[in-house]
Amino acid sequence: MLGPRLRGDDSNERKICLNTINVPVYGTRCSNLEEQMSKTILSKALIPSLAAVVGLAAFAPIAQAEDTMYMPSMSYRTGPFAGGGTPFADGYADYFNMLNERDGGIGGVKIIVEECETGYNTQKGVECYEATKDKGALAYSPLSTGITLALIPKSSVDEIPVLSMGYGLSAAAQGEQFPWTFVYPTTYWNQMSSILKYIDSNGGIKGKKIGFIYLDVGYGKEPIPLLDSLSEKMGFEVAKFPVGGKEMQNQSAQWLNVRKERPDWMIMWGWGAMNPAAVKEAVRNRYPLDRFIGNWWAGSHNDLKAIGKTGKGYLAANFTGIGQEFGAVQDILKHVVEKGNSKVASADDVGNVLYNRGMFNAVVLAEAITVAQAMTGKTAITGADMRVGLENIKLDQARLKALGLENFTGDVIGDCADHEGAGSIFLQQWNGEDWERMTDLIEPMNDTVRPLLEEAAAEYVSDKPDFTSQRCR
Amino acid sequence: MFYREAGQFKTSYSADQALLPIKQDRIGLALILVTAFVLIPMFGTSFFLSSIMIPFLVFALAAVGLNILTGFAGQLSLGTGAFMGVGAYSCYKLTTYFPDVNIIILIMASGIFSALIGVVFGLPSLRIKGLYLAITTLAAQFFLEWCFNRIGWLYNDNPSGAIEVPQRLLFGVPITGPEAIPEVRYLVILTIVAVMTLLAANVLRGRIGRSWMMIRDMDIAAELMGIRPLRAKLSAFAFSSYYCGVAGALMVFCWIGSAEVETFDINHSFLILFMVIIGGLGSLTGCFMGAAFIWVLPVLIRSVPSALGIDMLAATTEHINNIVIGCLIIFFLIVEPHGLARLWQIGKEKLRNWPYPYAN
Repeated sequence: MLGPRLRGDDSNERKICLNTINVPVYGTRCSNLEEQMSKTILSKALIPSLAAVVGLAAFAPIAQAEDTMYMPSMSYRTGPFAGGGTPFADGYADYFNMLNERDGGIGGVKIIVEECETGYNTQKGVECYEATKDKGALAYSPLSTGITLALIPKSSVDEIPVLSMGYGLSAAAQGEQFPWTFVYPTTYWNQMSSILKYIDSNGGIKGKKIGFIYLDVGYGKEPIPLLDSLSEKMGFEVAKFPVGGKEMQNQSAQWLNVRKERPDWMIMWGWGAMNPAAVKEAVRNRYPLDRFIGNWWAGSHNDLKAIGKTGKGYLAANFTGIGQEFGAVQDILKHVVEKGNSKVASADDVGNVLYNRGMFNAVVLAEAITVAQAMTGKTAITGADMRVGLENIKLDQARLKALGLENFTGDVIGDCADHEGAGSIFLQQWNGEDWERMTDLIEPMNDTVRPLLEEAAAEYVSDKPDFTSQRCR
Repeated sequence: MFYREAGQFKTSYSADQALLPIKQDRIGLALILVTAFVLIPMFGTSFFLSSIMIPFLVFALAAVGLNILTGFAGQLSLGTGAFMGVGAYSCYKLTTYFPDVNIIILIMASGIFSALIGVVFGLPSLRIKGLYLAITTLAAQFFLEWCFNRIGWLYNDNPSGAIEVPQRLLFGVPITGPEAIPEVRYLVILTIVAVMTLLAANVLRGRIGRSWMMIRDMDIAAELMGIRPLRAKLSAFAFSSYYCGVAGALMVFCWIGSAEVETFDINHSFLILFMVIIGGLGSLTGCFMGAAFIWVLPVLIRSVPSALGIDMLAATTEHINNIVIGCLIIFFLIVEPHGLARLWQIGKEKLRNWPYPYAN
């Protein structure tokens, strides 16, 4: 296995390991390391601007010491969405701290996680970015669509990749146009297609009416182009119910319309206080909850705990495992939480939906560091190395098992052109007290979604002639 | 002792009517300008420029805009955020249609759209005053937010509903977009803010500014003395919204780089209003002080724990920050309800009389 050997402290052992890396471990598209590296260099040389920056980077001082790597955490433990931001930030920090405690970091290099409070506010998020980017930040997970959009153009200039895990700009899944942005494991558009697939396999979707209730901001509107285009293809009708940011907690008007329209299924793109309010309204309007599906930001423990038994039957999408029975989560409990180094309020919070998602964000980044270390032969890597690591990530079931995350999520396998991985989700159901995984992984309709993603990516870049892109084939 | 106009004789009307009649004030301003234009870009770090100075100047300009309306013309407005949004979105549309026109011209032109919208929403001010007017400007805020969200044409039907700033050059140097270095963006904003503040200072002490202040102090008396409320109030709305619009365009183009509707929500309006109230209604210096107080102080407070080597959770710092800023606001408003500018003015008075405080 690669993992334990890479984590060894003996540098000789690491070198041996490097030389042996080839097809079975990382060679998804290239036969060996040298070819991969030369391809990377070649593709960089094709882009004059990048080449210039590489030259500059040689002179830039390396901010971090050799024995640490710096990983900023843009968190929001304050503000209107703190309820969702806190468990996510806990999971993120705890996983890196666990690696530091258990393995002495990644490849013998400790990870320093520093939180910066954004309050889910774009201006503060940009301030956080400016304050931390010169400390040798390896990657940013902005945790807000607004901040993600502000950071995407900066990422290529500062050479620090952005990992917006399942949020932000769907079009960023197109790695050729967005070399510095990653949306592992999947995008909003793919998620929507998976949800529609589930509906289709449960009584057919043709001729049905789908209600779409969403937070009326960029995030909620993001899947609408896909929904419209699929409604023609799959032959269903869409009724849209926008919920303004100020009426999140009072959706009686929207649900009156739902009663009028009588949709067969409801899909929700909600966040924060909107989710419990919507489920309550659905109950009040006697809408069957097992036909009401939230997206992966509308299905956390925070959303449903307050409602409890009333919300029984409500469905939500998810891509990360629930609960504490995973090896990695057990290690966190043992090495971090029990030693009192975690910020979670109680050990019971470990393993809830958003905690595990924050942890998975850290897992993807940690794996990218491992890959980057293996490919570059450096122990303390830079943002540019991190990009290569993210691009060549290969979290298949064997690797996930080695990380203590068996059946935690679907395969996440990236490459130069595909910055979203395989992108499967599953559905979970609220049993009145806890979330229960209900379905197997549902693959997205890649053949339908991918062309739309490419179209959107091309459109994004069309009015930015100077936007850094790369060529993969 | 050092700050006294004794011995400074004015020998002409123009000298007597100068913007800064006291020599020390002129020296002080010159020092500030030299610091701002030369020293800060030379020695300021990238973080200092892009996260402290640039937002500070943008907010100061917006505060000047609101202060013209609320502080000088006496019309309370809660729609500042939305007027800034009009500037940002119209600048975005202008640069989409005219990509080759210099972006500075477009930023200045985008204020015109903001001014027009401001005039439309200023019409109710002819009939209603005070809190009632605040409600109608609140309506402007919500209506414009709705437009930014719902009219796809405004953001070129971007699927995220956001506007993203393309790269634009000035003399071959990028001043917007990710490639623009903070020094250049800072100098561009600083120049615009300095020129527009100078313009505001002169307009305010001239005929137009005086007519606004007459309307503010007693509109019936002003009307009897020949001031036309229609013209005075609407020109105040137009002038103020123009400033807010330019500030909004600068905020998106030279600072954040992208914007969505939440960027210009009601909280943003409140933020600017707080700056104006803390800084001092009816004072241009106050706008800068208020902006510094509300924006710069929190950034500095945030950096205190790490500078002292205390390992504190970012969220805890944020909570402490809110507490400290809240307490300071209460403290300053108790000590001097007219804002920081009034404190500054009192300080100057004391200096002039020192060491004979009973002299007048």
